[in-house]
Amino acid sequence: MKRLFSIEGFLGFQKTLFENRDPQRLRVRICMTGCRAYGAEEVRKAFKTTIDEKGLAEKVDILETGCHGFCARAPVVTIDPQGFFYQQISPRDVPQIVQTSLIKGKPSEKFLYKDPQTEYPIPLEKDVSFYRQQMKIVLRNCGQIDPTRIEDYIARDGYLAFAKALSSMSPEEVIEEVVRSGLRGRGGAGFPTGNKWKFARNAQGDLKYIICNADEGDPGAFMDRAVLEGDPHTVLEGMLIAAYAIGASKGYVYVRAEYPIAVNHIKKAVDDAKAMGLLGQNILGTHFDFEVKIKEGAGAFVCGEETALIASIEGRRGMPRTRPPFPAIAGLWGKPTNINNVETFANIPPIIHKGANFYASLGTEKSKGTKIFALAGKINNTGLVEVPMGITLERIIFDIGGGIPEGKKFKAAQTGGPSGGCIPASLLHLPIDYDSLAAAGAIMGSGGLIITDENTCIVDMAKFFLTFTQNESCGRCVPCRLGTKRMLEILQRITEGTGELSDLETLKELAPMIKDTSLCGLGQTAPNPVLTTLNYFLDEYKVHIEEKRCPAGVCKALIRYQINPETCTGCGVCRKACPQKAINGRAKEPHILDQSLCIKCGICFNECKFDAIKII
Amino acid sequence: MVEALDLSRLDNLFEKHQGEDGALIPVLQEAQNIYGYLPEEVLCYISRMLKVPMSKIYGVVTFYAQFYLNPRGRHIIKSCQGTACHVRGAKGVLESLTRELKVEPGETTKDLNFFLETVTCVGTCFLAPVIMIDKDYFGKLTPKRAVVALKKYI
Repeated sequence: MKRLFSIEGFLGFQKTLFENRDPQRLRVRICMTGCRAYGAEEVRKAFKTTIDEKGLAEKVDILETGCHGFCARAPVVTIDPQGFFYQQISPRDVPQIVQTSLIKGKPSEKFLYKDPQTEYPIPLEKDVSFYRQQMKIVLRNCGQIDPTRIEDYIARDGYLAFAKALSSMSPEEVIEEVVRSGLRGRGGAGFPTGNKWKFARNAQGDLKYIICNADEGDPGAFMDRAVLEGDPHTVLEGMLIAAYAIGASKGYVYVRAEYPIAVNHIKKAVDDAKAMGLLGQNILGTHFDFEVKIKEGAGAFVCGEETALIASIEGRRGMPRTRPPFPAIAGLWGKPTNINNVETFANIPPIIHKGANFYASLGTEKSKGTKIFALAGKINNTGLVEVPMGITLERIIFDIGGGIPEGKKFKAAQTGGPSGGCIPASLLHLPIDYDSLAAAGAIMGSGGLIITDENTCIVDMAKFFLTFTQNESCGRCVPCRLGTKRMLEILQRITEGTGELSDLETLKELAPMIKDTSLCGLGQTAPNPVLTTLNYFLDEYKVHIEEKRCPAGVCKALIRYQINPETCTGCGVCRKACPQKAINGRAKEPHILDQSLCIKCGICFNECKFDAIKII
Repeated sequence: MVEALDLSRLDNLFEKHQGEDGALIPVLQEAQNIYGYLPEEVLCYISRMLKVPMSKIYGVVTFYAQFYLNPRGRHIIKSCQGTACHVRGAKGVLESLTRELKVEPGETTKDLNFFLETVTCVGTCFLAPVIMIDKDYFGKLTPKRAVVALKKYI
């Protein structure tokens, strides 16, 4: 590992790496982060074996990269220099790809993405509709580099922003640049980052801390995971610049233990940066010291809240405390502490490198830059997308996201996880920015975007979120501990068919009270899913209460499964699959479901190939 | 006869974290990696070595979902119940597993082969609904396919 002792030394090293890049080099870029869960390792092995067999090992680099974004088409592979994009690759496809693309330099049509409208195969990654409207700033390196190689990061302008700040900008100038960029916290609350840094800069104290909040706890959100796994150095560089700006000498990355690859990659990044002289004492020959330690979470959603996170690093139960004093004044071990989210830090190097004006030219007036969204749920193109602020939800869901599977009808988009709200079809034209979403009663949140369709019960969704927040409530304050419990009990009754209209009034009374009086963000936002679903889907609640019916066919107490004797072919698949032996019938004759034995597990419905079972 | 626990396996943990502020949680995490769970004797030893009262340690291990005070099975099944998985039928997958294994989440099967638990989001939402068995992922499941996934580990 090369050790660097001065800023000039670093700049010279960076220039060499940059000039040594060969844009014509044959490369196989395989996502080995998320796609690993769907067989990417076997695909990689197949490439290695085939490339070795063909004697191409000297000419072709196999690059294990981070997330390419199009997770729905895992495993994905891109071939350079052309940029041929291959998807849903299995090991047996590899010999043909090697022959056609690596040896002959042509696209291998069978494995290309086909446009769903025209059915034409699209050879190049940049032309695929999923990618065309994206703007990758935070994700600029994900999928392009090996995240475990610091040289890959540096070759693509890595640590140039830090060198610029260290050599030619004062800490105040760095902060001013971040203020002018308009960057707002990407963890969900959207507080102006530059202002937050100012508070920490101005705080009294000889020892200050930087903390990176990588406790991405929102279910359905995996943006921070991808950044840490695919480009950990951009986060470290952001932390370095922040440390320089506020005068901090120690930092922590608090990452949830459920992300083992992210933990490994950020640990490697810290070790490599240290070995190179970019972390530690007298960095690059200056008086600036900064060291970073990694702490793993222990499975508590509430530790995403900054004061609970601090308590966890201190080895205590993760319970929030009142503020003021804010962490910027008195945080970790009582010292001034600046905490930012992973994506916030990842935005800092491009802002310093290219300037605040560049960044502020993207997005809307009050929401600058880009945002990464994790698309999941009932949507064709699940994965990660980075788009400029101000794009409409409609374009994200339908143009980039490919719409709803099986031609079903869109119902609502859930943003902000358990702290967020749902956005109905009538508001799809809303531009994504902090203020328009807030005005609609929703929040931007960290970026999780769950799409639901006509078969999602909105009351069940609200119950789901309340179950979650109830479980994760630390228990310290009454409004959250008991308030979420009471709201959950009401929702449970409604989904079981014993709700009353007065329950809706109780919910409307409880919700603002819990919001106003809870100690921390968990309790303060827990009622949001209830409030927004009541606002936009009141009728669905009423049907559950007045008609004891679940229109989406989800709430078990209110639905029945029924075999249609006219379409049932008597194949017997459901009879054999039923765990309760509730279905009977003779071969080739319509079968009958005994309702008294049915536990509504839904297995028969899933297994029937003839659509003969209905939910009523 | 129950074998006495070999507590010396913890000694290099204390060396590693010597003088470190906030070492309790990393020490507990690494101790659990060694023993598979956190037996009381281990907690007592940690209490003595780190000079942290047992009451505080108990408060910490019962607060965080990651810590287990009872032995778990040979294989750990994590059934994701996050939002994306929920919307794609995670509940049915979990029910199918509880029926097949005859345990509730948080319990170990009688033959000590499987420990079943729920987690909220492992970050592979494109595979919803997903379960993990040890470090392996099984995605795009139906209630029936979830049971099939178990076969490899029996």
